[in-house]
Amino acid sequence: MNNRPVLILGARSDMALAIAHSFAKEGHPVQLAARNPDDLEAARNDLQVRYSVDVSLHAFDALDTAGFEGFLDALPALPHIAVCAVGLMGEQAENETDSTAATQVLRANFEGPALIFAALANRFAERGSGTLVGISSVAGDRGRATNYVYGSAKAGFTAFLSGLRNRLTEHGVHVVTVLPGFVATKMTEDLDLPAKLTAQPEEVGEAVLRAVKSKRNVIYVRKIWWLVMAIIRNIPEMIFKKLKI
Amino acid sequence: MKLSGWGRFPTHDVALSAPRSEAALQAQLAEGAAIARGNGRAYGDSALSQTNTVHMRHFAHMLSFDDKTGVLQAEAGVLAADIIDSFLPRGWFLPVTPGTKFVTLGGMIAADVHGKNHHADGSFGNFVDWIDVMGPDGKVTRCSRRKQATLFQWTVGGMGLTGIILRAAIRLRPVESGWIAQQMIQAENLDAAMDVFERSQDSTYSVAWIDCLSTGAARGRSLVMLGEHAALEDLPKPRRKMPFQTKDKRKLSVPFSLPGWLMNGLTVRAFNALYYWNGSRKAGESLVDWDSYFYPLDAILNWNRIYGRRGFAQFQCVLPLETSRAGLNALLEAISEAGAGSFLAVLKRLGPQESRFSFPMEGYTLALDFPVNARTLALMDRLDAITLDHGGRFYLAKDSRMTAETLRASDPRTDTFEAARRKSGACETFASEQSQRLKL
Repeated sequence: MNNRPVLILGARSDMALAIAHSFAKEGHPVQLAARNPDDLEAARNDLQVRYSVDVSLHAFDALDTAGFEGFLDALPALPHIAVCAVGLMGEQAENETDSTAATQVLRANFEGPALIFAALANRFAERGSGTLVGISSVAGDRGRATNYVYGSAKAGFTAFLSGLRNRLTEHGVHVVTVLPGFVATKMTEDLDLPAKLTAQPEEVGEAVLRAVKSKRNVIYVRKIWWLVMAIIRNIPEMIFKKLKI
Repeated sequence: MKLSGWGRFPTHDVALSAPRSEAALQAQLAEGAAIARGNGRAYGDSALSQTNTVHMRHFAHMLSFDDKTGVLQAEAGVLAADIIDSFLPRGWFLPVTPGTKFVTLGGMIAADVHGKNHHADGSFGNFVDWIDVMGPDGKVTRCSRRKQATLFQWTVGGMGLTGIILRAAIRLRPVESGWIAQQMIQAENLDAAMDVFERSQDSTYSVAWIDCLSTGAARGRSLVMLGEHAALEDLPKPRRKMPFQTKDKRKLSVPFSLPGWLMNGLTVRAFNALYYWNGSRKAGESLVDWDSYFYPLDAILNWNRIYGRRGFAQFQCVLPLETSRAGLNALLEAISEAGAGSFLAVLKRLGPQESRFSFPMEGYTLALDFPVNARTLALMDRLDAITLDHGGRFYLAKDSRMTAETLRASDPRTDTFEAARRKSGACETFASEQSQRLKL
């Protein structure tokens, strides 16, 4: 079963590469898709040397929605597992005043991921098998002043994944929603994150592999995030609106 | 940020960066005296620089592997554990391994680590074909025994002080299985243990756990463990189909620092006695999986926390063959007099080695660890003096507290090393807290 290809969308991030390692270690061929995929040559070579699996690189731009069908047609094989790790945090302050920046964030975190999964979903459903893994965010669990543009796009993606799961279950296609919480990556390396709440990229990779194997629906990478977000979701809006969190 | 080595002593406030490209690394060299840091497994301050500690975790790509020759080319941040993970299933193992698999390739070269097979195969450096080193000017030089040989010789065992190790090619060892045929021999005192070592020069692996608190006729009682890579035919029939398949061990973890007083003479004495008697029950031959044989402590994540918040210090010296018996007796006497036993006391016979600045030489090496306090620090000064009296020297990857004078008294190569660093300009660009303490 491990010869089934895994497509990683947005493969340049530390998290995406860690996920690629987890699957390659199990023997899966890997398709790495990102903008400027030539930069990923070292990562590809590393995966091949370590795990003796086939790794291919593909140009993929999450904002080029018109090109999605063509992108999928050009893959060496329709993947059995597709992971979308595309994401763009942006600067909240800039997103508040610059609608071009905000549009980028909304499109990169919602429109692009949702539409590429929509295209994959149809192909998977027709085949009657496959797993879609969406890397969403706890930021989508409740909008906060500090990152609600990014958060709302992720909320949209989370809802989209939930809907896809509901629709595809009867077609033999499984959908996993991953809510990583803080992860020590390039995106967060300048932030001072609490160690207990911060996962290493490798933890995300292992968690995603486990979730796919055991057909989990929604996972928090570190369990404590379930509790943190349960509390945050349940604070009454009257109080929440005055909080600075 | 606050950072320490594996022994959690000393701790320094360091400027830490983790560049992602060669260009970023070059730029980082301008930020002040720099030292590369791998996975932080050196015990003391070898990989700490207050001005510029450079984490190599983003230089962890494997570059190529030749399954005919076993030559692996990889970046410096690749872990020994990754190498085993990738290549043991294909029939290859590390040619030399230290007691933990959580070390990086760069760290193994910088410390020129030795393993249980040193008497037979020498140190890690023997299996390195070439190294790419970023020098003080940011230029990358490929050095080997043939080209840029001086740089190569100083870099192997040079504690990262010749430049930043970026990439290397190493030769792995072919093995038929993931199992070690172990022979455990009980030795009732130091003389007996040394006799076993001398008799066992043909064994690929040999190491002894030594009880450093027993006294009198039992001083230095030991469990000597010999080992060979098990061939296919050594395995029971059912295992021969999947010779590299060993059970994943469940990992235990020490979740927080235990109180420092826990490691006292009494508990250590009790542990040592139990360990010795337990070992005596297991004496004889057995098949042990590679992980348990080479890396017993890796099964307990964060075991460095058992010594409490103040951390612990390792002491490791090597004594020349001719003074080993007298020197080891004197060391053990000083330890048991101080009543400050070490949980993990390891004795090992080393083979001959000629190198510019590496630790090993022919003789016996003793490794001990102690919780850090005034009493044990004084004891370690005493152990330093005994080592010097017997013509021995010290392992820098373990050291966290030696003085520059002690190092110079132990090792005439120190001044040559310092001069070489001056000549290449490396002394301006590369320095660790350790190199400053030791005036390297």
